[in-house]
Amino acid sequence: MSSTVLLTIIMLSLLGLLAAVILYIVAQKFKVVEDPRIDLVNEVLPGANCGGCGFTGCRAFAEVLVKAESFEGLNCPVGGAETMGKAAVILDRQPVAVEPKIAVLRCNGTPENCKRTSYYDGAMNCRVAHSLYGGTTACHYGCLGCGDCVAACKFDAMYMDPVTQLPVIIDEKCVACGACVKACPRNIIELRKRNRKDRKIFISCVNKDKGGPARKACSVACIGCGKCVKVCPYDAITMADNLAFIDSFKCKLCRKCVTECPTGAILEINFPVREEKPAEPAVTEVN
Amino acid sequence: MFKTFPKGGIHPPENKITADKAITVLPLPSAVTVPLNQHIGAPAIPVVEKGAAVKAGQIIGQAKGFVSANIHSPVSGKVSKIEPVADTTGYKQMAIVIDVEGDEWIETTDRSATLVKEVTMTREQIVERCRECGLVGLGGATFPTHIKMTVPAGKKCDMLIINGVECEPYLTSDHRLMVEKGAEVLTGVTIIMKALGVSSAVVGIEANKPDAISQLTSLAGGFEGISVQPLRVKYPQGGEKQLIKACTGREVPSGGLPLDVGVVVQNVGTAFAVYEAVQKNKPLIERVVTVTGKSLSQPGNFLVRIGTSVTKLIEAAGGMPGDTGKIVNGGPMMGKALAMTDVPVTKGTSGIILFPDSESRRDEIMPCIRCGKCSTACAMGLEPWLLSVLSEKTMFEKAEAEKITDCMECGACSYTCPAKRPLLDYIRLGKATVLKMIRERITK
Amino acid sequence: MNNILNVSPSPHQQSSETTRKLMFGVVIALLPALAASVYYFGIGAIIVTLTSVLACVACEFLIQKYILKTKTSISDGSAVVTGLLLAFNVPSNLPVLIIVIGAVISIGVAKMTFGGLGNNPFNPALVGRVFLLISFPVQMTSWPVPSGFKTGYTDAVTGATPLGIISEGVKNGESIAVLMDKVPSHMQLFYGYMGGSMGEVAAAALILGGIFMIWRKIITWHIPVAVLASAALFTGILWMADPATYADPLFHLLTGGMMLGAIFMATDYVTSPMTPKGMIIYGTGIGVITVLIRTWGAYPEGVSFAILIMNAFVPLLNMYIKPRRFGKEVMNG
Repeated sequence: MSSTVLLTIIMLSLLGLLAAVILYIVAQKFKVVEDPRIDLVNEVLPGANCGGCGFTGCRAFAEVLVKAESFEGLNCPVGGAETMGKAAVILDRQPVAVEPKIAVLRCNGTPENCKRTSYYDGAMNCRVAHSLYGGTTACHYGCLGCGDCVAACKFDAMYMDPVTQLPVIIDEKCVACGACVKACPRNIIELRKRNRKDRKIFISCVNKDKGGPARKACSVACIGCGKCVKVCPYDAITMADNLAFIDSFKCKLCRKCVTECPTGAILEINFPVREEKPAEPAVTEVN
Repeated sequence: MFKTFPKGGIHPPENKITADKAITVLPLPSAVTVPLNQHIGAPAIPVVEKGAAVKAGQIIGQAKGFVSANIHSPVSGKVSKIEPVADTTGYKQMAIVIDVEGDEWIETTDRSATLVKEVTMTREQIVERCRECGLVGLGGATFPTHIKMTVPAGKKCDMLIINGVECEPYLTSDHRLMVEKGAEVLTGVTIIMKALGVSSAVVGIEANKPDAISQLTSLAGGFEGISVQPLRVKYPQGGEKQLIKACTGREVPSGGLPLDVGVVVQNVGTAFAVYEAVQKNKPLIERVVTVTGKSLSQPGNFLVRIGTSVTKLIEAAGGMPGDTGKIVNGGPMMGKALAMTDVPVTKGTSGIILFPDSESRRDEIMPCIRCGKCSTACAMGLEPWLLSVLSEKTMFEKAEAEKITDCMECGACSYTCPAKRPLLDYIRLGKATVLKMIRERITK
Repeated sequence: MNNILNVSPSPHQQSSETTRKLMFGVVIALLPALAASVYYFGIGAIIVTLTSVLACVACEFLIQKYILKTKTSISDGSAVVTGLLLAFNVPSNLPVLIIVIGAVISIGVAKMTFGGLGNNPFNPALVGRVFLLISFPVQMTSWPVPSGFKTGYTDAVTGATPLGIISEGVKNGESIAVLMDKVPSHMQLFYGYMGGSMGEVAAAALILGGIFMIWRKIITWHIPVAVLASAALFTGILWMADPATYADPLFHLLTGGMMLGAIFMATDYVTSPMTPKGMIIYGTGIGVITVLIRTWGAYPEGVSFAILIMNAFVPLLNMYIKPRRFGKEVMNG
């Protein structure tokens, strides 16, 4: 009896020893020499693997950061200045100040504003619809409403509004990772500078048609009249292909252009209600 | 005796409502809109100015580059606009709008109906004439014909197959052409044979067109080297690779062209256009379009000038029924749905189908039950369920390995799916993305 | 133009075949076997079937409505099919409560936890059946003797199945020739006069249902034929080698769940391969494993286990057995 116990103990010990030796050899042979700072940087990154930095994931970004000479052009939009500051401390580099951004939907083609001219009956996927035809309205630049951006958002910062048939970006949750910008086949979503209290002024239209057809397709389209360009005191507005564009880094949020726009294509959001001017333009707070 | 391709295929209801409706000439419209891109390849460049007077058959768009085709004025009149106009997809592209005045043709065109059977031109002259006349494949793909007629160095062609299958339900334009213009079609075949330097041609016709089979079989006796091959009715037999397999047993390799097995395939409509271009010097400015639908009062086959509005065609067929829910440009399996009727007929328009509202909505999408019916239906031996999921989940590298580029977008998978999944919608998206990936890889 | 037109990518036509129609086609195919079990086991068969179908449908409905809070999909008929198959796989004297437990396991555990219809790796009805077999071995193996409406329900007179008799006898060293006299004749087996799970006994009725499904193109011939042929071949070899210890192939085909399994359980769309070649491999696997379990395993019957084992290989078969791509091999130059 005792010999059985002894034999078992010896056998198991030998097996364990053998396994340990094999593991050791394998570990030595396939050892990956890695900069320990990669792990440290990876620790401070958000770990969402959203790809907002332009790399495949947080770890890939950590590797890039460790290798990089300076932080110029590298930014984690999710963690922002805080995360980049921590990473800079670990790597002993100079943090580069990057303005925080926010995603903005540049289309206001609700069924009310933009008449539906056909019914889309294919797979609920913007890319499928986009490659098929101009869309359910006469505007073939606007939102298709199939929700590719909502599906792409990893931070639950978007949802489809069933009434407006447009996606809605929740300002507080948006981290400006840019996934929705990439997902949109019509390039409607833009990353803009995040202002105090998430205040935004932007042209809520991407229609490049001439004034007539654009207006006919959608009552709140940018018709390229150029009034906003003239009124802007900061040269923040430019006009290209019948479409105005407000540079969010030049804009000082004076709101002059908003009242000037004849179609109401310029939206002001999260501003206090205007009191002095009774003739307020029709602003739909969809965003 | 009836041949067919071996793997896959479906049998959608034929609904050939207009099979015995003779081709009627549509009256001239008051204006035509001629898009400059009616073919595969680069758009043509306009060579007329706004306000210029043009005659029917006069060249108004010059082919740009090798893979492109000339555009001719389909009517006589005055050019009123040259600007972007919404085409069948709803996106805008350059088009020439001409206000019709009278019906004056260019002098070189022989407009008589007499049959000219003797082919006097040389190979090079034939190809050159087809290029000048802006001929493109009229089966739907609209690939410039002159390129298909030139056998590149190193390739050998020993057989011409004429596609008279018309496997799409509803459409009958090719069918009527074979019945009414059989001799002209066969002369066109002879011309293409001469251009390619082949001695034998086979006209493949599905068994649901017995009048066309008997008509062409009796006429073929008068032409050398042409035989008629009746085929069993099965969709997608009109697919180039399927038709070659059915007629000759040869299998075009994956990613290859029919020329890889020594075959060129042309549509009967193209053969007729070749006849008109070569023997009558008539550019491609009109074509036969089937206008059909279950609720239409006068469905029919119409000879239409290119650029005529689809609205006019529907009016000619008895006006749009009140219950219309969907209008399709082309066949029900591969055609494009129209968002509006105010779009022009182009060289590739083979039919206009009006579906009643009850048949125009897709059924509710259910979960995939992995029945494998899509794989069974796929004539290319692909697995649509897998390709669809891979495309939906943007796993394009994997989709490429699963041969997504072999898909010919025939729609048999979506048709057959009991769960009504939009398989082809996603596969088409994936295929386009993969093709783009491949192009980028080549240019790198 | 005042109509708003529908626009969708091609194709613009869809076949009239729907998931619902396919599922109800299976239900119709199961009716002859159901009629046969009512004929043999009387009121018990009716109670078991009704309980099982209702429990399965109710379970799916409740889970979707109150736990998942999604649209209910009971109208697609898949729960009805699962319920019927579960009923077919249990003895006709099974108490209602046990059937309900089986239904909850089938739908709740084997189907809905994986995401509902189309996502379950294992055949739900078989998972329920095997769960019951392991949890309630006594109730699940007390087979009522078929005597029509005289059979009764839970008070039925029970006996062993032909496979049980043979298995037990061989273990005790009796020869097949002697044991064959104790079991019903092959003709009786074909019509279903034997003890067993309520739906599996009537081979003739099951074959009728199978022919209906193949005719309606609900299933293809590959799986049933592969299962039956491989089982017949394997048992045939054993029988030729030693007729004294191994029963003949026909006996194996007609007894136990072989017919039910081959025609209805193994051909379940979701849990079977999608290519004909894969189907044949899958079917052969089921046939071979069944015979292995029957001949050398602890249970006299093995179809359920064999199907579940092969279910696990289906994703693998789908991944590696591909249909022949058009133009893959260039046959002429």
